[in-house]
This record gives sequence, structure tokens and C-alpha cells, in this order.
Amino acid sequence: MGKILRLVGRRLWQLLPIIVFATFVVFSLLQLVPGDPAVVLAGDYASEQRIAEIRQLYGLDQPFLVQYGVWLLHALEGNLGRSLLTSESVSQLILYRLPNTLLIAVYALVIAGVVGVALGVAAATRVGTRLDAFITGLASLGVALPSFWLAMILVATLSLGLHWFPTTGAAPLLTDPWGAIMHATLPAVALAVGVIAELARQVRSALIEVLNSQYIRTLRAKGLSSGAVLWKHGLRNISVTLLTLLGLQVNRLFSGAVVIEAVFAIPGVGSLVANSALNKDFPVVQGVVLVLVVIVILINLLVDVLSALLDPRAAEA
Amino acid sequence: MTAALDLPVPPQRSRTKAILRWMRRDVRAVVSLSFLLLLLIVSIFAPVLAPYSPIDQDVTQLLLPPSAAPWLGTDDLGRDVLSRLIWGAPNSLYASFLAVGVGIVLGVPIGLLIGFLGGWFDEVTSRFIDALLSFPPIVLAIAVTGALGIGLTNAMLSVGFVFAPVLARLVRAQTLVVKNALYVDAARGFGASTSHIIIKHIVPNAIQPVIVQVTLMLAIALLAEASLSFLSLGVQPPAASWGGMLARAYNYIEIAPEQMYAPGLAILLTALAFNALGESIRVALDPTMKRR
Repeated sequence: MGKILRLVGRRLWQLLPIIVFATFVVFSLLQLVPGDPAVVLAGDYASEQRIAEIRQLYGLDQPFLVQYGVWLLHALEGNLGRSLLTSESVSQLILYRLPNTLLIAVYALVIAGVVGVALGVAAATRVGTRLDAFITGLASLGVALPSFWLAMILVATLSLGLHWFPTTGAAPLLTDPWGAIMHATLPAVALAVGVIAELARQVRSALIEVLNSQYIRTLRAKGLSSGAVLWKHGLRNISVTLLTLLGLQVNRLFSGAVVIEAVFAIPGVGSLVANSALNKDFPVVQGVVLVLVVIVILINLLVDVLSALLDPRAAEA
Repeated sequence: MTAALDLPVPPQRSRTKAILRWMRRDVRAVVSLSFLLLLLIVSIFAPVLAPYSPIDQDVTQLLLPPSAAPWLGTDDLGRDVLSRLIWGAPNSLYASFLAVGVGIVLGVPIGLLIGFLGGWFDEVTSRFIDALLSFPPIVLAIAVTGALGIGLTNAMLSVGFVFAPVLARLVRAQTLVVKNALYVDAARGFGASTSHIIIKHIVPNAIQPVIVQVTLMLAIALLAEASLSFLSLGVQPPAASWGGMLARAYNYIEIAPEQMYAPGLAILLTALAFNALGESIRVALDPTMKRR
């Protein structure tokens, strides 16, 4: 246990500059807006007095780095400002909507993990066969398929045509779990397809490499069944690779969620960031981007620690 | 001196022959390259090729299904779908190349520089790159677009900004490999300048994976443009874009579901072509995969 804590500590220390830079990027977004940030933050039709107030509140009359410090301290206290549109607290807005996004993202990751790995293993153990070619072709198609178009096709066929799933919206997972799952299924499937394709490809090539290695040949030569070779040695050896791959997909899932939430009218953080960008509601945009990047960085940390548990060699690195 | 002249001169046709051989061997590359060239021609000649205006509305002909007269039917404002599809092509290609171009211009020099210089500069910049790569790409692109101002050019500048760290990291890794190669040491021993080494040795040898990555990025940029236009953050109406067409089609999915097929297919096929081309280039450039 102590070893793991030390590892977490060391990784956190290594992640610190990344977190500082990432928050700095989020803060700097406001500087990209043409014009005076105070005027932007005050919103349309603000009085001179209001603009002066905002300037003082956010420390916008201070040097750039001081502004960043003020903003970061506020963010650490959970104060991400207020929406320019509805003047709701940004952290409340995000907290209310984040579960909907996490539900479809986790759901999609589970689907993609199961299907993607199964396809990758099936292709890698039958290299050069028709099945391998079929799966590889399917993966190429999946990578190029616009997820929101697939989502529209799913809505047209499965919900409007066959009425198997509700068309749009979301249900709270805690009070209406079945409704929540039904609402989240089509969005999760649409989100998962790109990830499935990516995982199938990567698992295929990683497993092919392992199965072609010397020690696997030795195991085969000594008469171990191909099932035992695959499960006990092949998959075990790519488990760390697999974990890293799954961790990397989180970024892709959050990206995809933005469009998928728009298609299914899901009140998540993805549709929130898109609408806020359209409406120039910058505190909300900054808040969502900040929360998502912190989640991604923490998941990277988790993947690192789990990899170290699976493979002691990874802990040394 | 005459000995060199006596060497058999390669026949002039060998290049044509090589191309023909390549075309026979790599059908995928030929098909995708032809498709992309066709798309380029359609983009250039869109004003001539489109049967109708892409923006003229005709309220007497709304949401017509595909038929003999307007081949792909009309949209919810009575505009010709085929013409809008054709006019969407130049927007999509412009978007893809702009985003990837911005990514190259920002990412490649930075990658070369930090890879070549190393030291604390590399340490700090690499952490910054790690930080940028932690952002969900589309989310960051949307945030930057929102800040710069809504529109296709700003949207694709943002996507290019997201591409830059990916390319910088790739180029840095390649530069590190080449920098320590023996022939670079030799060049340095002969007194070659830093700029000479970067331009004559590092760039040509580090560039191959970059070419592959850049081709694959064209597909990612295309899909990003479609997504952003779908969210009305990219191409602005009434201009035509495939993603924007899908957004309109979605509003009428219950009464005219056939509206969504043509633009979706256009996006899918173009992305497939870019990806296939990238894979073919990867195989062609990779010496270990030559004898497949």
C-alpha cells in the first residue's frame, strides 16, 4: 500500500506542471476574445459601472499573471463565475449536467471495451483470414463514420421506426434507472462506434505482435493449447497496453459527447459547452473545459497507477 | 570520367511503368486518390457543375424526395440538395486543408526546435504539449472558436491549433532519433551549420511519419468541420456544408428521413478516402512493410 501511495505521490508531482499549464490554457481562452475581457464578461448592454465592477471583481485591472492567480484561486474554491446568459452559478450548472455526460461516456466505454477487444482478439487470432479482413474493413469504416450521422440513422430506424428507444432527452439514473439506461443506449452506441473501431485496430496489432514473439512460440512448441496461450499469456501481456488505450479513449468520448448530446437533446456538459460557445457565454465555456480537462488528467493518473499494479515494470518508469 | 557515362541510362518509361505497377498493387490508394481528385475537380467547378443555385429558395418545392427532376430532391427551404452537396465540397476541402496547414505551420517547427535543442526548453515545452493533449480535442476547438468568433475559418484555425501539439510531439520524437544518428554526427564533424543539419538531414528523415499523420489528420479535420457545422459553429448559413445540411435534415427526420443520406455519405466517403490514402502512404514509406 505504501508503495502505491508513493507512486501516486510521484505521479501527482509529475502531473503538477501539466495541470498548471492546462489551467493556464483555460484561463487564456478569454484573452483570445477580441476586445476588453471586462466588457466581454459584463455581457451585452452592460453599464459602464457594471463593467468597472466586473473589472475589479475578476482583478482584470491587475497584471496578467495576477489575474490568472485570482481566477485559479476562485476555481479551487469551486467558484467558476456566473453564466452571462442566465446568471446561474457555473459550477452548479456543470454539477447538474455532468452526470448525464458521464452516463453516456461510461456506457459507451463499456460497450466499446467489450466489443472492440472482442473484435481485435478475433482478428488477431485469425490473421489473414476473411474474418480478419472483414473486421479490419469494419474498423476502417468505423473510424471514418461521422458519429452524429450514425446517431441520426439510429434515431430514424430504432426509435422513430421501431419505437424500441426514446428519441431524445435523458432520465435521472438514481430515481429512474431503467429510463436512464433506455435514454442513454442509442447515444452510447453512437459514441462507442468510433472507439470500437480504434480499439479493434490497436488490440489487433498489439496482440499480433505478442503472439509472434519468441516466448509464445516456445509455449506453443511445448504443446500448450492455443486457448491457454491466448488467455494466460497473450491477453495478459497486452493488458497494460489495453488499459492505456482505454484511458486515451476518454478524450475521444468527451469530444464525441458534444455532438451526440446535441443530436439527442441530452442536457449534458457537451451540449452546454457548444451552446455557451455559440452564445459567447465564456465563464460557462471555461468552466466546462476546465472540469473536463481535470477529469481527463485524473483518469490518466488512475491508468498509470493501475498499470503499475498490473505490471511492476511500469512502476519503475 | 567516361566510365560514369557508360552506365546504362534508365529508360524513360521506367517511371510510368513504376506508377502502373504501383496502381496494380495498391488498388485502395488508386481508388481513394481518384475519389479525392474528383472531389477537387467538383470543388473547383462547383459553380458550373451545380444544376441550380445552392441558396435560392423555392417555397413551392419543399422537402421533395429524390427523383428524376431534382436528382436528390429539395431541402426544407426548397433549395436543391444536389447543388448544396456540390457547393459543400469546396467548403469541406478548404476546412480540412486549412486546419491541417495551421497544425503543420505551428507544430512542425516547434517539434523540430525542441527536439533539436533539448534541455530545459524541451522539458518545459513538452509539458505544455502534454497539457494541450489532455484536452478533449473537439471541446478545446469549440472553446477556441467561441473565443475567436463563430465561423468556418476561425473554427478550422481552432482545429489546427488542436492538431499542432500532436504534430509537435511526433516531430520532436523523430528529430531525437535522427539527431543522434551517425551521419548527422559526421555532418557536424565536417563543420555543417545547425540550419544545414536541420534542413538537409533532420527534416527529410523525420518527415515520413509526419506525411502519414498529416494525411490521416485531413480525415479528422473533415469530421471536425462536419461536427462544428452541425453545431452551427462552422460554416454559417446560407452557405452550404455537409454538416450543416445534416443539422437541417435532422429537424425533418420524421417527415423526410431521406434528406440525411446524401450529406452523410459524402462525409463518410471523403473521410474514408483520406484515411485509406494515409494507410497506403504508411505502407509505401515503411521499409519493413515493403514485402507484403
